[in-house]
Formats: sequence, C-alpha cells, structure tokens
Amino acid sequence: MATKSSTAAARLMMAPAVTLLLGWMLVPLTMTLYFSFADYRPLRATFEPWIGFDNYARFTSSGSFWDAVTATLIMVGATLAITVILGILLALLLDKPIFGQGVVRILVIAPFFVMPTVSALVWKNMMMDPVNGVLSHVFRFLGLAPHDFLSQTPLLSIILIVSWQWLPFATLILLTAIQSLDGEQLEAAEMDGAPPLKRFWFIILPHLARAITIVILIQTIFLLGIFAEIFVTTQGSFGTRTLTYLVFQRVLESQNVGLGSAGGIIAVILANVIAIFLMRAVGKNLDA
Amino acid sequence: MRLTFALRAATALSVCAVGPAFADGHATTITIATVNNGDMIRMQGYTDDFTEQTGHQVEWVTLEENVLRQRVTTDITTNGGQFDIMTIGMYEAPIWGSNGWLVALDDLSAEYDVDDILPAMAGGLSHDGTLYAAPFYGESSMVMYRTDLMEAAGLDMPDAPTWEFVRDAAAAMTDRDAEQYGICLRGKAGWGEGGAFITAMANSFGARVFDEDWAPQLDSEEWATTVNFFKDMMDAYGPPGYATNGFNENLSLFQQGKCGMWIDATVAASFVTNPDDSQVADSVGFALAPDNGLGKRSNWLWAWALGIPAGTQNADAAKEFIEWATSKEYIEMVAENEGWANVPPGARQSLYDNPNYQDVPFAQMTLDSILSADPNAPTVDPVPYVGVQFAAIPEWAGIWTQVSQELSAAYAGQQTVEEALEKAQAIATEEMEAAGY
Repeated sequence: MATKSSTAAARLMMAPAVTLLLGWMLVPLTMTLYFSFADYRPLRATFEPWIGFDNYARFTSSGSFWDAVTATLIMVGATLAITVILGILLALLLDKPIFGQGVVRILVIAPFFVMPTVSALVWKNMMMDPVNGVLSHVFRFLGLAPHDFLSQTPLLSIILIVSWQWLPFATLILLTAIQSLDGEQLEAAEMDGAPPLKRFWFIILPHLARAITIVILIQTIFLLGIFAEIFVTTQGSFGTRTLTYLVFQRVLESQNVGLGSAGGIIAVILANVIAIFLMRAVGKNLDA
Repeated sequence: MRLTFALRAATALSVCAVGPAFADGHATTITIATVNNGDMIRMQGYTDDFTEQTGHQVEWVTLEENVLRQRVTTDITTNGGQFDIMTIGMYEAPIWGSNGWLVALDDLSAEYDVDDILPAMAGGLSHDGTLYAAPFYGESSMVMYRTDLMEAAGLDMPDAPTWEFVRDAAAAMTDRDAEQYGICLRGKAGWGEGGAFITAMANSFGARVFDEDWAPQLDSEEWATTVNFFKDMMDAYGPPGYATNGFNENLSLFQQGKCGMWIDATVAASFVTNPDDSQVADSVGFALAPDNGLGKRSNWLWAWALGIPAGTQNADAAKEFIEWATSKEYIEMVAENEGWANVPPGARQSLYDNPNYQDVPFAQMTLDSILSADPNAPTVDPVPYVGVQFAAIPEWAGIWTQVSQELSAAYAGQQTVEEALEKAQAIATEEMEAAGY
C-alpha cells in the first residue's frame, strides 16, 4: 500500500539511478546531434557550430550512401534468415536425447563466446584464404580451383562469418522454447496419425513463434552495428560497406566529425524505423 | 568536501612516495604514446638508461598503429594533453606542424648533430623548412627476390630494374600448379596498404594525384596505364586473392617460398632473411624498386618519428628524451647489445657510414632506396603536395581509403579499371571541393 509520502520517497531514491541512465543515454546522443549540424573537421582546425542541414544533404547525396543502406539490409536480412532457419533445425536436433548431450550443447554454443575480431581473423586467414585456408585445401582435394571468398563473394563471406557467430544465440533461445513444449501434445498428434512434418508445422513452429520474433528483434539490434568483421576482412571494399562502416570512415578516416555525426543520426532514424516495424510484428505475435 | 580531502590525501601520499626519487628537483615524468613495432618495444627496454642519465621517469602508452593514429589525432585536435611525446608518421608531421600543434625542433643540441639525419627524412618531417619531429626509424620500399628462382629462370636481376623486366621475370618464375607465383604485391584496400603501393607505383609511370591547382588527376591516361599494368601482371603472375593481400599476407607468402618477387617495405628484409621465420632466408636478393625510365622510381618513403605536442608542460624533458632516443649513441647501444642487424634503420647517415653496418646484407639497398625517394618532388610532373605515397593534407586518409577500395574491387574483377578510376576521380573531386580547395 503506497502512501503519498512513500511514493515520493521511492521517486527520490530512484532519481540518482534514473538521472545517471538518462545522462548515459542522452549526452552522447545530444552531442552527436549537435555535431551533425556543425562543420567540425578537427585536422583542419575548423569548427563552425551551425551550418544547417548541409551535412545531412551531403551524407545522403553521396554515391556511397544507398549502396551502404542496401549492403546493411542484405547483411542483416540474410544473417537473420540463416540463423533462424538453421537455429530451428539445430534446436530440434539438440532437443533429442543423445549421448554426451551436455558437451554437444556447450560446443554448439561456443562460437558465441569468441570475440568478433578473433573469429573474423580466424575465418579470413585460416578458413577462407585462397592459398593457405582450410577451405581452399578442401576445394583442391575435390579437384576444384580454390574459391577466393573475400574478393569474389565478399558479402556472402561476411554473412557466413556473422551467421556462424550468431547461430548459437538463435539455437539457444529456440532450444529453450522447444523444451518448454508439452510432450503430450506431440504424442497425441502422433497417435492421431499426424506425420512428422505436419507435427512440426502445426505444433512446434507456432509454439516457437514468440521465441523467433525475440531472436529476430535482438539480433537485428546487434547486426545493424556489425563492424569488426568488416574492418578485419575487407576494410569495407567490394561493396561490403555498411552504414556503420561508412560512418566510421567519415569520422575517423576522413576526420569529418560533422558529416559522420549526421550519418550516425540517419542510422539511428533508420534503426528506429526498422525497430517499429519489428515491434509491430512482435506485438501481433504476442497477441495471437 | 570529502572528495577534496581525499584528493589532498592522495596528492600528499604520492608526493611522499615519489619525492625521494627526484632528489635533484628538475626531474619529471613524461608520457609517450608509441606504436607496437619491434624497434619501439626494444626502446622501452632501454628506458632505464635514459632515466639514469637525466633523472626523468618515462611512462609508455604502446598501441597498435591504427589505434595510435586515432588516439594521438584525437588528443592533439581536442587539446587533450595526455602525452608529452607522440610517435607520429611522415603523414602527420607536416600537417600538424603547419597547424602549430607541434613544438618546433629547431634548438637541438650540437652533439645531437641534426644534419646527420637523412635529408629525405628531415624533408618529410618538416613544414616550411622547420623540423617538427625527429625520425627514430625510416623505411622505403624495394624489390626482394628469390636468387635461386631467378637463376633457374636464366635471368639476372639488375640493381635498378624496370617494370618491363619485373613483369618478364614474374612470367618466367610463375608455376601455378606448384603454387609458385612470380610476384606478390599489395592489393588490399586502405591508404597505408595497397593504396600506398599503387600511388608510389603511379609516380614511376608519370602519374600524379593532384595537379598544381589541387585538381584530382585520377582520370588521366597515366593512372589508367599504371593500374592496368598492375592488374594485368597480378592476374597473370600473382597469387590468387591478391586483392585482399597486404603487408602481412605477402610476408607470410614470401617466407613460405611462394613468391618469386615481392616489392615492399625495406624493413621486411630483416624478416625474410631471418632463418627462424623464413624458409627462403638464404636465397633472397635485393634491388631498387622498378621504374619506367621517367626519372622517378616506385618506392615510397616512411618514417616513425617523435614529436612534442605544443600544449605540454614538459617540453624540455621531452626534448631531452627525443635527443636520447634518436641519437647516434642510442644506435650504438642497441648494436652493442643486440647486433647491428637490429638497430633502428633509415634515420641517420652515420649509421650507413659505419663499416660494421655495411656488413648487413640489405643495408646498402635500404639506403639507396631511401635516397632515391624525394617527398618534396615525388612525381614527374610538378605537384603542390609533400609526400611520396600520400599527399600530406588532412583529407588524404579519407579520400585514399575510398579510392583504394574502388581499386581493390577492380583487382577482384567486380568492375573494370576504367570504372574504378572514374569513381575514384568522383570521390576525390567531391572530397576536395567539400574541403574548400
């Protein structure tokens, strides 16, 4: 039973934490917004606090902008598709009682603990390298010419690396969801003569819907910010420059803080648009 | 209130703790930001010698090259004052010097012998004739080749080859079935990777990045010839996937014996001739980077140098450190303890006059390479910029990273060379206009 004074006391006690959180979130965002309207090029020792929307106009009108947006969408979309589909299959497999289940599960989850930079380096130098890589040895063993992944199919290569990293996450969430499914429902369906595919389609998949939407939502948030994998493998060349990478180039390589900040704000807006659509989709699923 | 007390207590404590160590009063602690290459790490081991001589303490902040560049650039542009000495390259020194961000090194002591610094190095680290950073180590690029393969091909590498010869030699040494590639070069995107190589190469083809009015020249005939020559040669005689190969990738290919020739930094000579790492250590020869008979060779010039940010409180101590670290005595100390092959190369003429150093197999070729690069006149046609494989303007890193991305995409066959250069010209024009040229 909250009295007036206890509510006030609670607010007072929460105030420091809330202020800290707000500051944590708002200060960088406000500074980015402030810089995005400024002509701020540190190496030129230029700082002019207000130049209107020039930075925004320049960022969006440059040839690399739409390429970057497309690359980002393809990368996020393809990674989501791969991780969700394979994640469901893996979760189904891991759900079966097998010998050494605990160890297998840990092994499957392990890639998630490898830092992005490390995994990108390993994939680049030990797996995909056209001369020394494991994959090129496999190609040669099969009598084929080794495929040069990073320069011939760069976007696909990065999608593979990122999917490899995020597959364990999807598997983990989906596995727990499958485990929460009541086994008697499946048994009943089996006794009624429902074949395995139908059981999957009409019982397991609807049960997973919520978990899938959560996987999609969380992964999208993180995948929009992919950086290390691109930085280490292609340095943004061969059409793998995402919006995040473009912002990095503008701020740190071109040393144009204003232009980069404008790009950052645009990226925030785009991410929010995507998030709103996703939330709606999630909301629908949660109601159903 | 409590915070001030805590601060006071802490200050008092640290004064008590450190006080006795600085009995002579003028001693200070200087903070140095540096890069994590072998020579710099080695220097940290000798810090005690400096402290013994001067009484100053040294704190090191050692960073990887890209991170270092970002940290020191941020610090100097925002007047952060974190460092008393910064390790910077030939790209930063003239730009920062002209902005007044560095303490001019015009009052170094007589025994330091500033005139002993190689003129090419001093030229690249100065602005308007004033030295702003002292070179600790310098490098150029040169041809490293396999003497056994050259002999097997019945060829003889001249000391100063032409590009034609290099291409023919590459053809003769290539055996794709045996994973033997005639030539390995950098194709990786990035202004310090493949971008640096192609710019230096273009110099020897008579190309230039900007004309005297700062108009980008990437749509010129010379650039098309350069890039086409590079791509045709690498497609035919280079390793697969060369479009993603940088220094480290090529080093490992060469050390495994998969390259006939490799044109890259002169420091690599000590790596490929080191039998612990290299399978081909006993059969490596050296030659100047190729030319086309136009008067400019295709080698670059780079130095890691020590500069003092203008805002520092400890400028005098910092100068003492720079005089110590880039002195002849430091070189002798390293040679005495670790051998002549391990001293920091490329900074001083006296090192190359030293008979002990002349016994090192790659010493002479390194010096000749450095001397044949002139950062103040890098191209056949006149240019308004300083720098061989770059133009020392703040916009360069941004422009050239994007340009080299387009070129790498062309190497990978995703677009033609002409398309890549057209895009490169558009990028450069846009950025230069935005920068107000």
